[in-house]
Amino acid sequence: MASLRVENLSKSFGGIKALDNLNLSFLPGKVNAILGENGAGKSTLLKILSGVYTEYAGKIYLNNSPVSFSSPREAQSAGIAIIHQELNLIPHLSISENLFLGKELKTNWGILDNTSMDTITQTYISKLNIEAKANTLIKDLRIGQQQLVEIAKALLSNADIIFMDEPSSALSDKEIHNLHTIIKDLSSQQKTIVYISHKMDELFAISEYYLVLRDGCMVGEGLIKATDSDKLINLMVGRDLKISPKKAGFKGKENILQMQDLDLALSAKSNSNKINFDLKKGEILGVFGLMGAGRTELLLSIFGVNKPSRPFKMLLNGNECQFKSPIQALEAGIALLSEDRKTEGLSLDMSIAENISMSSLNSLAVINAKEDINIANKYISDLGIKANSAAQKVNTLSGGNQQKVVLSRCLSLAPKLLLLDEPTRGVDIKSKSEIYEIINALAAEGLSILMVSSEIQELLAVADRIMVMAEGKVTAIIPIEEANQENLLKHALAV
Amino acid sequence: MNIENLKKSQSLIALLVLCIIISVLSDKFLQANNLFNVLRQISVNICISLAMTLVVLMAGIDLSVGSVLAFTAMASVSLFQTGIDLPMFDVHIHFTLFGAIVIALLLGLLCGFLNGYLITVFSLPPFVVTLAMLTIARGGTYLVSDGKPLNNLGEAYGLIGSSWFLGIPTPVWVSAVLVGMFIFLSKYTTFGRAIYAIGGNEKASFLSGINITFHKRIVYMLSGLMAAIGGVILSSRLNSVQPNAGTNYELDAIAAVVIGGTSLSGGVGSIKGTVIGAIIIGVLNNGLVLLNVSPFWQQVVKGLVILLAVIIDQKSKKKYA
Repeated sequence: MASLRVENLSKSFGGIKALDNLNLSFLPGKVNAILGENGAGKSTLLKILSGVYTEYAGKIYLNNSPVSFSSPREAQSAGIAIIHQELNLIPHLSISENLFLGKELKTNWGILDNTSMDTITQTYISKLNIEAKANTLIKDLRIGQQQLVEIAKALLSNADIIFMDEPSSALSDKEIHNLHTIIKDLSSQQKTIVYISHKMDELFAISEYYLVLRDGCMVGEGLIKATDSDKLINLMVGRDLKISPKKAGFKGKENILQMQDLDLALSAKSNSNKINFDLKKGEILGVFGLMGAGRTELLLSIFGVNKPSRPFKMLLNGNECQFKSPIQALEAGIALLSEDRKTEGLSLDMSIAENISMSSLNSLAVINAKEDINIANKYISDLGIKANSAAQKVNTLSGGNQQKVVLSRCLSLAPKLLLLDEPTRGVDIKSKSEIYEIINALAAEGLSILMVSSEIQELLAVADRIMVMAEGKVTAIIPIEEANQENLLKHALAV
Repeated sequence: MNIENLKKSQSLIALLVLCIIISVLSDKFLQANNLFNVLRQISVNICISLAMTLVVLMAGIDLSVGSVLAFTAMASVSLFQTGIDLPMFDVHIHFTLFGAIVIALLLGLLCGFLNGYLITVFSLPPFVVTLAMLTIARGGTYLVSDGKPLNNLGEAYGLIGSSWFLGIPTPVWVSAVLVGMFIFLSKYTTFGRAIYAIGGNEKASFLSGINITFHKRIVYMLSGLMAAIGGVILSSRLNSVQPNAGTNYELDAIAAVVIGGTSLSGGVGSIKGTVIGAIIIGVLNNGLVLLNVSPFWQQVVKGLVILLAVIIDQKSKKKYA
């Protein structure tokens, strides 16, 4: 069993301390959970232990002897594997090529042994239920599947210590279940697992030991059996925080959006795939489903990005409309917060103000920088974005605050209909509850919201009704008072 | 001065250091005549690299500018000198100097539009499209000129390139005004901001409702237009148009952009940086001539400076990332 501990570890960026004299040791051969809000120092710790950051103060001990890694390769050969939050796969190579990247198998002739590599890859694919072939290109996989390929990569390296940085944030419940089985299996092989996640129930399901970080320091550790989620949240945020379920009783009547006969053409089975639903003024309609259920495609079809081939009818405020581009959708009063803020939401090198005003750049005009800053400042205080100023670059913000910047852009357009795609993905618990509050407040002001999420708790906390999708069709629309974990999952799995 | 500011002005510091070194080695360098000469020589490259900056900021590239410069200059000068026959209407059209220049600019816009149109409609890589345009426009130049240079463009035509106004060469005035316009465009208008946004994250820009197609086309049109303006200045200064005029000008423009700190992957950079980059190239060329360095070595040195610039840029990025 490999043991790993750090002593007096410190690391600063600019003037900000990410880690502040951190002391901790992981329980060998067990599943260790690291908890902490975004910005608590978890990712920094991981990057130091995996040889990504090479400049820091303090010492690292692997099996009681001091080590320091000058590159990720060194850390790997010492037996430490990391599954990073940001996927590190090469899109145009196949699963097999990615798995064996840098450690390709060769035949006696010295040429690539593709047959063996594909066979081994195939065993991992079936072990992890990736539902793809060894020669499938990464770019053709869903994010959830790509995450599983990352995990396969760590397994292949046969490491003694495996770090997982929010591996489940892009996975559907089915895939998460899969992952948990794999983790338990690894743990029974005496591997040390360090697991970072924002999902409480998950940590309780799989981990044995917890370590809580706050502001770069360790604020608590112990056996997971001896604690509960309230206590952990308390440690993380330093105050009580509870997400209470949404109360029933939404009574709006006025239709904002009516969708009739939308066919996403995701599954070959025709006829029964028509999507029909309506959304009232001031209502929050949650959309639940597993990966690949067609939730994002639904939003993109409304927003004019995807153009379904089969005819459908969409009424916005009672007027029939269909959009050829996001420009038209935005003009009609629809805003979209997309699934992946880094690749689809933000221009990372630009400032908060510049990102918020991004939707107003089509009309040729001289920029009113003062006005942009004023608007940004308004949202910084309204939504509680933690930043030094509106001129701060968004790539220096934490995930939760970045998400609030994208949300600010959506709101700055004063939309009638807001489409949210996984609004709290990769966001810490405190920011999450803040975002829920914002969403609820917006709906109370009369904004209609269509919110896609993979987290049942989240939908139960904000939605007035929950629409469940499976394989490109709607399997149920459930009022909040009747919705619960079981019936949502049942309908999501219905085929 | 904090580190952030120092980083921003590192190309300016490099320019100053370069000027000091050359002025120590050669007493001719700092003479007003010589300095104006440098500015006049770089005015064509400045024109081209201004628009190139916008192209690169949008994560694109325009390799066709040198050929477009030659083509537009050749076509307009030939119209200016010989006019055009329209036998079916039995007329012969003469062009005034002004008319010929307008034709040159319109042809530049057209070449740029074709680039932008092909890039946006067929989603082709800018590198390939503008590489094709490089060849096509150069071929067009030879076709129009029959492979021969056009000389003796007349005194009036020569005024643009070789006259002085208020003690400063006219081409320097032209490029200075254009620099001002491009700084304004890139920094203070929604158009410029949109270009940074598209270069920074095209998908996010698309989903935010920015009209990507429109902005791309306009930027490539601007690139063609600026190449045509460069062509007018160049042919006027030389009082002739050579069919191989503007060869490798695209490389000088890209060099100016890169030395000025604009990222080839888009989203980061500035017009100001490009202007400094163009001046560095001009000063370097001038200095090497003054120091009697062989023209063969001049090319080697220029290449090394480009490498040095990107290495420094990359290093500073890593340190403060």
